[in-house]
Amino acid sequence: MNLLKTLFDVLRHNRKATVGTLLLVGFVLMALLGPLWLPVNLDSDYLERFQGPSWQHWLGTDYAGRDTLAQLMHGTRDMLLIAFSAALATLAIAMVVGTWAGLSGGWVDSCLMQVIDIMLTLPRFPIMAIFAGLFSIRDPLSFGGVLALFYWPGLARGIRSQILSLRHKEFIEVSRLMNMPMRHIMLGELMPNLVPYLAINFIGVARDAIVASVGIMLLGIVPLSASNWGMMLNMATTQTGAIYVPNAYAYLLAPIVFIVIFQFALMAFASGLEEFFDPRLR
Amino acid sequence: MSPRLRKWTSALITILAATLISFVLIRAMPGDFLDLRANELVTTQGLPYATAYKIASSQYNYDPNLPLWQQFVSYFGGLLHGNLGTSMTLRIPVSSVLLQALPWTLFLNFLALLLSFSVGTTLGLLLAWKRRSRVLSGLMNGFAVLSQAIPDFLIGLLLLVFFGVRLRWFPLRGAYDISYTPGFNLPFMFSVLQHAILPAMAYTLSTVGGWMLAMRASATQVLNEEYLLVAQAKGLKSKRIFGRYLARNAIMPPVTQLAIAFASMISGSIFVEWMFAYPGIGYFFGYALGNRDFTLLQGILLVSTLTMVVANLLADAVYSWIDPRVKT
Repeated sequence: MNLLKTLFDVLRHNRKATVGTLLLVGFVLMALLGPLWLPVNLDSDYLERFQGPSWQHWLGTDYAGRDTLAQLMHGTRDMLLIAFSAALATLAIAMVVGTWAGLSGGWVDSCLMQVIDIMLTLPRFPIMAIFAGLFSIRDPLSFGGVLALFYWPGLARGIRSQILSLRHKEFIEVSRLMNMPMRHIMLGELMPNLVPYLAINFIGVARDAIVASVGIMLLGIVPLSASNWGMMLNMATTQTGAIYVPNAYAYLLAPIVFIVIFQFALMAFASGLEEFFDPRLR
Repeated sequence: MSPRLRKWTSALITILAATLISFVLIRAMPGDFLDLRANELVTTQGLPYATAYKIASSQYNYDPNLPLWQQFVSYFGGLLHGNLGTSMTLRIPVSSVLLQALPWTLFLNFLALLLSFSVGTTLGLLLAWKRRSRVLSGLMNGFAVLSQAIPDFLIGLLLLVFFGVRLRWFPLRGAYDISYTPGFNLPFMFSVLQHAILPAMAYTLSTVGGWMLAMRASATQVLNEEYLLVAQAKGLKSKRIFGRYLARNAIMPPVTQLAIAFASMISGSIFVEWMFAYPGIGYFFGYALGNRDFTLLQGILLVSTLTMVVANLLADAVYSWIDPRVKT
């Protein structure tokens, strides 16, 4: 409870973090409540196509006369799911591999590090795009999973070096000498020291996952639901020629602005977290 | 194993892994594309089916009747002879597609890297030098945050819509106007430059913030060194301190990142090149993926892996040349 209060205090006093947190809460609310307020109607109405912003359509309409804001809010859920599942899966894989390598050392460590080195050298975007295409992904959660397959190596390497530096700290040596069970050393001693690193990286991976997923959808490889932000951009740029229609600027700009705000919110929230974990910054 | 040997074996293993992955890819493809191609040859050239099938199999460097390991050996053997197969949709050797596309990608990325590195490091240096100016650092921090929040291909899209479609200052697609003959003539070179500006700006705007921050960090560190204090105490002109003492020392860490940055730009260039239909490696990757041209995909994957591996080795070499302490 005390920790939560400190977190809240930090987030309130760091102006950047306050903005970030509020924006994130806004996105979550939009994903949960937006579709109730403005249900997506995917029926086409070509008389209304490519409208600018108006009272009826706050962010204008798309190539088939459908409300842009409704689609964006509906797509928020997908984006949050992709970002969250990618970050969570990345963290899980990286934790297992990183701690395994860091704690066992020896040839296990060098083998795992070799694998990580290879994964980091392979060109990530092309392979990710190919995988996404081959496995014909249809839902945001498995999309996040596929992204995680390519984001864990960097984090695993980081966790390993964190563990290597913690391993010989006095408090770990002492708990070893006191014959504490391995489980306690892992969860009670190592983990609390890793949490800050993990939390910051969680957000970093979430940000990367959003960029990667939007890019892959922009190429048109992963056909998720039409209201997804990346799919909206794909439709606008490659399928319907909205970039040539002067009136469609709201439809074209809105997803980009949403992505940028979402990225900024995550960055700002991360800076608040950093301050929370590192009292020297306060 | 000595560290240097380890690096080289690691590089070799990486290349092998890439070939293995691209080999698995072709096996995972849906549909019998050999049959398709053979039937096409039967109808177009009037060959008997068996011969047509053999030709198709040698064109794609792929024979499903052999056991798996033999297929890999023959595929790998083909690679060693420089045979990347024939593009399934373009009907020309993959290697010639790559040879056509690679110069454009290299040119575009080189231009962008030159721009972003020179502008970014200069700004970073100024930022460290004028660190007491709140306006400047606030402005630059804002810019850095913004440029990190927008992915390069979205910057590209914005540039395309604004400068290309609305203002019509720059062309929208391709690498040069096809009404000019390629060569060393002025109109052609002007056209090439004109087509490269928007995509290059997209990369530049999205990476310049990173260079700026890296340079500022490095320069701030140098500013705290004692030799800088000595230089000031000696009464050297601040212009000389700035150029000879600060800039020269601070530029080293960013320089070591150049090779890696270049390589990751090349393998990450899919989206920007796709957006501008710029006929480089990234554009053909998007094309191959969209048209399920798996031989072309394999080739591109191999080339970008090779670039990454070479860049990594180069970065190591540069690093140990600049800083002999890490020499291994």
